[in-house]
Amino acid sequence: MALDEAKRNFRYVGSRPNRPDGVDKVTGRAQYGADATAPGMLTAVILRSPHAHARIKSIDTSAAEAIPGVRAVITGADFMRSDDDFLRDVQENCMARDVALYDGHAVAAVAATTPAIAKAALRAIVVDYEVLPHVTDVDAAMQPGAPVVLAGRALENVPAGMSENVTHSCEFGHGDLTAGFAKADLVIERSFKTAATHQGYIEPHACLASATADGKADLWCCTQGHFFVRTLCSAMLGMEASQLRVTASEIGGGFGGKTTVFIEPVALALSRKSGRPVKLVMTRDEVFRATGPTISSSMDIKIGMTKDGRITAGEATLRYSGGAFPNATVDMGAQAGFAAYDLEAVRTHGWNVLTNRPKEAAYRAPGAPQAIYAVESVVDELCQKLGLDPLTVRLKNAARKGTLSSYGPTFNEIGLVATLEAAKAHPHYTAPLGPNQGRGLSCGFWFNFGGNTCVSLNINTDGTVGVTEGNPDIGGSRASISLMAAEELGIPYENIRTIVADTNSLGYNDVTDGSRVTFAVGLATIKAARDAINKMKSRAAQVWGIDADAVEWVDGAAVPAGANAGKFPPLTLADIAANSPQTGGPIAGHHEVNVDGAGVSFGVHLVDVEVDPETGFTKILRYTIFQDAGKAVHPDYVEGQMQGGAVQGIGWALNEEYIYGKDGRLQNPGFLDYRIPVASDLPSIETVILEIPNPGHPYGVRGVGETPIVPPLAALANAVSRAAGVRMTELPMSPPRILAALKG
Amino acid sequence: MRYMIAQSAKAASAALAEEPGNARVLAGGTDLLVQMKAGNLRVDLVVDIKKIPGIRSITAEAGGLRIGAAVAGSELGEHAGVCAMGPGVVEAARLIGSTQVQGRCTMVGNLCNGSPAGDSVPALVAAAAVVRVEGPEGSRDCPVLDIPAGPGRTTLKKGEIITSVFLPARPERSGDAYLRFIPRTEMDIAVASAAVNLTLDAGGTVTAARVALGAVAPKVVLVDAAARAIIGTKLDDAALAALAAACEAACTPIDDKRGTIAFRTSTAGVLARRAAQIAYARAGGSK
Repeated sequence: MALDEAKRNFRYVGSRPNRPDGVDKVTGRAQYGADATAPGMLTAVILRSPHAHARIKSIDTSAAEAIPGVRAVITGADFMRSDDDFLRDVQENCMARDVALYDGHAVAAVAATTPAIAKAALRAIVVDYEVLPHVTDVDAAMQPGAPVVLAGRALENVPAGMSENVTHSCEFGHGDLTAGFAKADLVIERSFKTAATHQGYIEPHACLASATADGKADLWCCTQGHFFVRTLCSAMLGMEASQLRVTASEIGGGFGGKTTVFIEPVALALSRKSGRPVKLVMTRDEVFRATGPTISSSMDIKIGMTKDGRITAGEATLRYSGGAFPNATVDMGAQAGFAAYDLEAVRTHGWNVLTNRPKEAAYRAPGAPQAIYAVESVVDELCQKLGLDPLTVRLKNAARKGTLSSYGPTFNEIGLVATLEAAKAHPHYTAPLGPNQGRGLSCGFWFNFGGNTCVSLNINTDGTVGVTEGNPDIGGSRASISLMAAEELGIPYENIRTIVADTNSLGYNDVTDGSRVTFAVGLATIKAARDAINKMKSRAAQVWGIDADAVEWVDGAAVPAGANAGKFPPLTLADIAANSPQTGGPIAGHHEVNVDGAGVSFGVHLVDVEVDPETGFTKILRYTIFQDAGKAVHPDYVEGQMQGGAVQGIGWALNEEYIYGKDGRLQNPGFLDYRIPVASDLPSIETVILEIPNPGHPYGVRGVGETPIVPPLAALANAVSRAAGVRMTELPMSPPRILAALKG
Repeated sequence: MRYMIAQSAKAASAALAEEPGNARVLAGGTDLLVQMKAGNLRVDLVVDIKKIPGIRSITAEAGGLRIGAAVAGSELGEHAGVCAMGPGVVEAARLIGSTQVQGRCTMVGNLCNGSPAGDSVPALVAAAAVVRVEGPEGSRDCPVLDIPAGPGRTTLKKGEIITSVFLPARPERSGDAYLRFIPRTEMDIAVASAAVNLTLDAGGTVTAARVALGAVAPKVVLVDAAARAIIGTKLDDAALAALAAACEAACTPIDDKRGTIAFRTSTAGVLARRAAQIAYARAGGSK
């Protein structure tokens, strides 16, 4: 659906009303995953491998089963073994079958009448492990002699002779690299590493499963996509989709990490075995050890530049590991790495590598922050060494409409140049810096997504409206969807209530990911509203006895148009709704679509830091974000996404990391030693929203949720490197690492 | 698990002495309950000492202050006498945990937890604080320095509890300070820390000093050489450099997830130097 050229004066879109879920959330009334209860409910707990890699020779559950109050014990053998690689990987990540592949991998689960009994039963389970050699570092895992995590999973595009841990490769780009580097006045080659980081959502995974003897089941869980949960769980448990109803709770953060299942199939299997509802809530330790952090990476970057700042060629080799199962995140990194640049010669190579770590899950713009961090670090170093202004250089090389992107497509309307120009004009860019201070900047990019979407919009007889959609609200989307419905219908925001319905209430909705909801669900809502408006116009035409084509919808009312203009007083939405029983019954709009045209998104981050030369401590002094939102439907939540992405990126850049010991066990599975930023670490983050309309949406909306986590890594690295006078090439830039670099 | 509210120190001591299983003292509970809930600690008997008369009060004694074992961090922070007498001790105790934890946590709990990184411990050692111990053999006084035995361990014998900590009287022109290094700005655990407590003469020369380091050895370290490096000086640059060097020499840290040996050693010296300057200013010295 194309941009409405006429639609530029918005009445509701662009305003900042309170979110409909706000009062419940600030008063503690909102129902999160762990808040669901059912009569006769059992408590479930999961036994996890203490080894990084071990063959499970046997599991003896007899003593656990004999404990009074224990109602069910399951192991991997309780699930069917799928022939589909993807499904089997997800399932074996939920419960190991023959081999425990990482510290924290689930091996058995218990449901019992009380938590204490369940925990006692876990201690009574005897697992006989044969400990196997392990590997947790991506570079070590690529060595030919490395311990093999999963054999036989390499695709044909992996050259013979590499470790079996290398499961696939990819390549993107165009042009002649050799000729490009030959034109450069300076070529810099650098290698980089980034640690795995966790999304750090405050709400641990939680669910309540209730399977009954007639083969039906209900599941309540915190997830970013309950339709996908239904797909995965019904396949694993051999159920038809219609037999499993999934309801999403309110969600205490997801950031991509709740786009798959970890505990839901386990709870369902335990409920089916026990015949009782089963509640399963992860501890924080389990969240860190056994859910999906992002990939860890090792990267080589080579970029050439002329003395006047033109990039002549860029090449990147990315080695990503998303843990013990294959994934394709490196493809997204390889596509995104150079996306901000208009290049004659560019090539990226990506390799995915298995390690004995938990299976990666999506984390905001998965794969992009790492690659762009490395590219933007080298661009900054070239600017430093050639004595060029880093913003001018980026403007000189910026991708724009018509640019052949580094990953293939030619860009349509994009906002990169506008965001760079906004950054250049902002007082932050020219503010003076003191001793030990540095300023860093980075571009960021994300593809964005549309996807399968189904929305119903019901006109209530009192003139209010209910919107029913199927995407868990992780960023204020119910408010944005209500605003778009209000805009289209011409009635106040307060008269609309948007809810997230269960899997039985709508057609399949893709997961809340890819920054897709405000864009795609918004688009479907606008279409559903237009569908309802058409029906209301017909009802008005019927009342007036004129042709429906002769009716227009103006400011929330049907008005006669054309030859009939002024013949009848307008009929408002409330009038038509009240009269609907007499004119044909209820009125509802509906729309289902697989949306294209999401429209890529660019942002620029600017940060000032001060590095303590005696301790390596980094203090963030000032942070400003410039991002193209297409059209900011609810600017508060656009700004919130921008600030939140920056904060998570700051944590990633400075202190967050999965730390593994020599034994392959995770050493910091808690918020004490996995250091996300606290409020006092951060300045107030300023945001500048640019609005370059996306041609693929009637109001010009682009997704905004992922792009803002992309630039902070390089922005911080460039600021710290300039402040410290030494180039930092490994994340996180923790104080010991910075101090070691300062001391040479 | 059994839970007991002790009405007297003697009763608490007796119950702990008689318990054949794993017995633990509960004051603020900010370490104990966390460890129990995480499943790291299984306890047979919990003895709650908060109801023991006097254990939550702060009283003047011989020019110093006696602080009950169950006085919370936030109570210390609101006590004008303690703040005036030991600002370094208070600032250390106030760094334990979060605002919520401050309503519960105690300095004695911080000490008995046995962590080499406990924030209040170096400050108490620098202040020459003394704890009163109640045990099966009666009561005794013991310097704070002698309580830690190593990570997670103390020198307290079975059945012994600490009922109070005493901050001794200090001469005029005394000052103290505590600094720790953490990778963030709050809600964290010291990677290295330093406390300095010093006294000046009327001319601003240091006449007495105690320097203690945390998180750089299996237990808190009192660095006599660091004190000697500044006694007799006005904290000039040479004295500060000698102080830092002495502190670095006293470090025997480990490499772990929170920091490297080199980082901890170097940072301990930096923190001691900075803490000495703050303590010096608090004592009324100017340079």
